[in-house]
Amino acid sequence: MSSNEHPAAPSPREPQEDGHRDDAEVTDHTGDFGDDRSSGDTLDVAPTHEVHTSHDLATGPPAPGVGKKDPILVADHISRSFGGIKAVDVEHLEIPRNAITALIGPNGAGKTTLFNLLSGFDQPDSGEWSFNGRSLAGIPAWKAARRGQVRTFQLTKVLQRLTVLESMKLGATGQTGERMLASIFPFLWRAQEKDIEARALELLQKFKLYDKRADYSAALSGGQRKLLEMARALMTDPEFVLLDEPMAGVNPALVQSLLDHVIDLKSEGMTVLFVEHDMHMVRHIADWVVVMAEGRIVAEGPPDVVMSDPAVVDAYLGSHLDQDIGVITGRYDEEGNRIS
Amino acid sequence: MDWGQILNNTASFILSAETIGFMLAAIGLAIHFGYAGLLNFGMAGFMAIGAYGYAISILSFGLPWWAAMGVSVLGAVVFAVVLGIPTLRLRADYLAIVTIAAAEIVRLLFQTQLFDRWTNSADGLGGYHESFRAANPLPAGTYGWGPWYYTDQGWWARVFGLVLVAVAVLVVWLLMRSPWGRVLKGIREDEDAVRSLGKNVFLYKMQALIIGGVMGALGGVVIALPSAVIPQYYLPSLTFFVWTALLLGGAATIFGPVLGAVLYWVLMAFLAGVLPAMANAGYLPMTATQAGNLRFVVVGVALMLLVAFRPQGILGSKKEMTFVK
Ligand SMILES: Nc1ncnc2c1ncn2[C@@H]1O[C@H](COP(=O)(O)OP(=O)(O)OP(=O)(O)O)[C@@H](O)[C@H]1O
Ligand SMILES: [Mg+2]
Repeated sequence: MSSNEHPAAPSPREPQEDGHRDDAEVTDHTGDFGDDRSSGDTLDVAPTHEVHTSHDLATGPPAPGVGKKDPILVADHISRSFGGIKAVDVEHLEIPRNAITALIGPNGAGKTTLFNLLSGFDQPDSGEWSFNGRSLAGIPAWKAARRGQVRTFQLTKVLQRLTVLESMKLGATGQTGERMLASIFPFLWRAQEKDIEARALELLQKFKLYDKRADYSAALSGGQRKLLEMARALMTDPEFVLLDEPMAGVNPALVQSLLDHVIDLKSEGMTVLFVEHDMHMVRHIADWVVVMAEGRIVAEGPPDVVMSDPAVVDAYLGSHLDQDIGVITGRYDEEGNRIS
Repeated sequence: MDWGQILNNTASFILSAETIGFMLAAIGLAIHFGYAGLLNFGMAGFMAIGAYGYAISILSFGLPWWAAMGVSVLGAVVFAVVLGIPTLRLRADYLAIVTIAAAEIVRLLFQTQLFDRWTNSADGLGGYHESFRAANPLPAGTYGWGPWYYTDQGWWARVFGLVLVAVAVLVVWLLMRSPWGRVLKGIREDEDAVRSLGKNVFLYKMQALIIGGVMGALGGVVIALPSAVIPQYYLPSLTFFVWTALLLGGAATIFGPVLGAVLYWVLMAFLAGVLPAMANAGYLPMTATQAGNLRFVVVGVALMLLVAFRPQGILGSKKEMTFVK
C-alpha cells in the first residue's frame, strides 16, 4: 500500500517510550523531548507531504464565529445544558469546506457534546445548524449520516461479535442486500457485495488492519479499535467526517501514515473536523483551528495564529507548550541533560 | 420402574406438536434476541395471538384453515408494530418489561368474559379442526414406527409443522448471511455505531420484531392444530420455557432453536416419567404428583447452570461468547 511506503519523517528522533496518549495530561503532553518547536519539521508525527492548502478560508480576520468563504456546516445559537452546566453554548460557527479543521480545548470544554449535537446523537436545548445548506436540526443521526456527514466516537464503539471485515462492510451505503426482501435473494446483491469487500480490504490495508480482517472486533487492541472505527466511517464515502480524537492511543509511526491518509481525504474533496489534544498534529494538518472552552468558541483561525493567541495559551495550551517536559519538571536542563 | 414405557414416552416427544411449535417460537426468539439483541419476554403473547387468531377465524368467521393462518400472521404483525413503536426507541430493558406486560394483557383479553362470544373466555376454544383435516393429503390409517405411531391426522399436523420449521430455518439462514443480517447483528452489538453509519436502526429492529413474532404466532398455531386453545397455556412461564429451549440450543445459531426445543421437551418428558416413578418406588420422599412438578425445578436449575457455564448454548461458538461483556 502506498501510505506505509512513505519515507520516514524528516529527521526522525528517538521514538517516545510510551506512544499512548492520556487525555488527562493535556498541557503536559507535547509528545516531544527537547527539540525546538518553532520549526515544525522535526516531528515524529509529521505528515510526509505538503499539507496546508489555503490560509485564506475566512471572509474576515480570525475571530470566533468568523464567516467562511465556502462553509459546509453553519451552526447558530446552539446550546445544551446538563443540569446547571452549559456544556455547549455556541453563538455562530462555520466549518470551511474541503479543509481540515481542528477543534481543540480543555477537557470538558464541550467538544464531544458539540459533536453529538451536530451529528444528531443528542438534541440541543436550542439552535439551528445546516449541512450543505440544508437544515440538520431535529434530523435523526442516521439521516444525517446518509447526507454524508459521518462521525466517530471518542469512546470507540466496536461491533464486538462482528469480524473486522464485516464491520467494514457494514459501513458501505446504498446496499441492496440490506433491504429485507432483497436480502434473501443473494443474486441481487452478490456483485455489489464483492465491490464492497474489495474496497473494505483496501481500506483495511491502509489502516494496517488487513491481517486482522477475520478476527472479531472485540479481539482488537484499543488503538486498533480507533483505526477500525475511522476506517468504518470512511466506508460510507462521507463528504464531511467528524473525528473525535482519532489518533488517541495510536502509535507514532501509524499516526504518521494516518495523517497522510487524512490529508489524502482532503485532496479527494472531503471535509474533516477533528478533535485532538496533540498540538503537533493540529499544527501539522489543520488548515483551521477552533478553540472551545466552557462550551463557547473562544478563538478561531489558522493554526499558527491561534496557537500564539495569549487567551488560548492561558486557557488551554499552557505557556510551556514548546518546552521539554523534563525542563518543566526540573529533571532535565535546557540541553537535555538529566539533572535529577 | 418401567423404563421401556418412560423412554418410549420420552422419545415420542421428539415429534410432538408442542415440540414443533416450540421450534418455531424459539426460531422467532433467536431472531429477536440472538441476532437483533431484542429482549422479547412476551413470546407467549405472540403464540396466543397465533392460536386464537387461527381458532376464532375458523369458528366465528368460517374461514378456511389457510386463511385463518393468514389472520394469525397478520395479528402477529399488528402486535409487533404496536409493541415496537413505543419501545424500540428505548433501551433494551424497556422492551423486556413492556413485552412481559403486553403478553399478559393479551392473555387476559382472551380470558375475560367480555369477549366470551368469540373467545369462550376461560374455557378456551376447540373443535376448529375440520378444515385443516379435510386438507390432509396423507393416506388414511395409523402408521409409523417405534415410539412414533400416529393417525394420518396426527401425521398431517406434524408434517405441516415440520415444513413450517424447515421454511423458517431456511429464511433465517438466508437472512442472517445477507447484508440485512449483518446490520441486525451490528445493532445487537452497538446500535449507535450502526446509526452513525446511516442505517435506520428503528426500521431494522421493527422488521426483526415482526419476523420473529410471526414465527412465534405460527408456533402457537402448530401447537393448537391437533389440540385446543386454552388461555391458561399462554402464561409468562410459556415464554420462559421457549427461552430455555433457545438458550439450550444456542441463541445466535440457525439450528440451535430446533435442537433446543427437542432437548427441552425430551428432558421434560423424561423427568415427568422418571420422577413420579422414583417417588412411587420410594426413592423420593414425596408423592408422585409432587415429584412430577419437581421437573420444573430441575429444568430451572439446568437453565441457570447452562447460562452460567455455557452461555452460548450447545451449538453456539465458544469463541464468539468469550467477548460478551
Ligand atoms: N451526558 C452527560 N450528562 C451530564 N453532563 C455531561 C454529559 N455529557 C457531557 N457532560 C458535561 O458536559 C461538559 C462537556 O463535556 P464533553 O464530553 O463535551 O467534553 P470534551 O470537550 O469532549 O472533553 P474531553 O476533551 O475530555 O473529551 C463536561 O462538563 C461534562 O461533564
Ligand atoms: Mg470529548
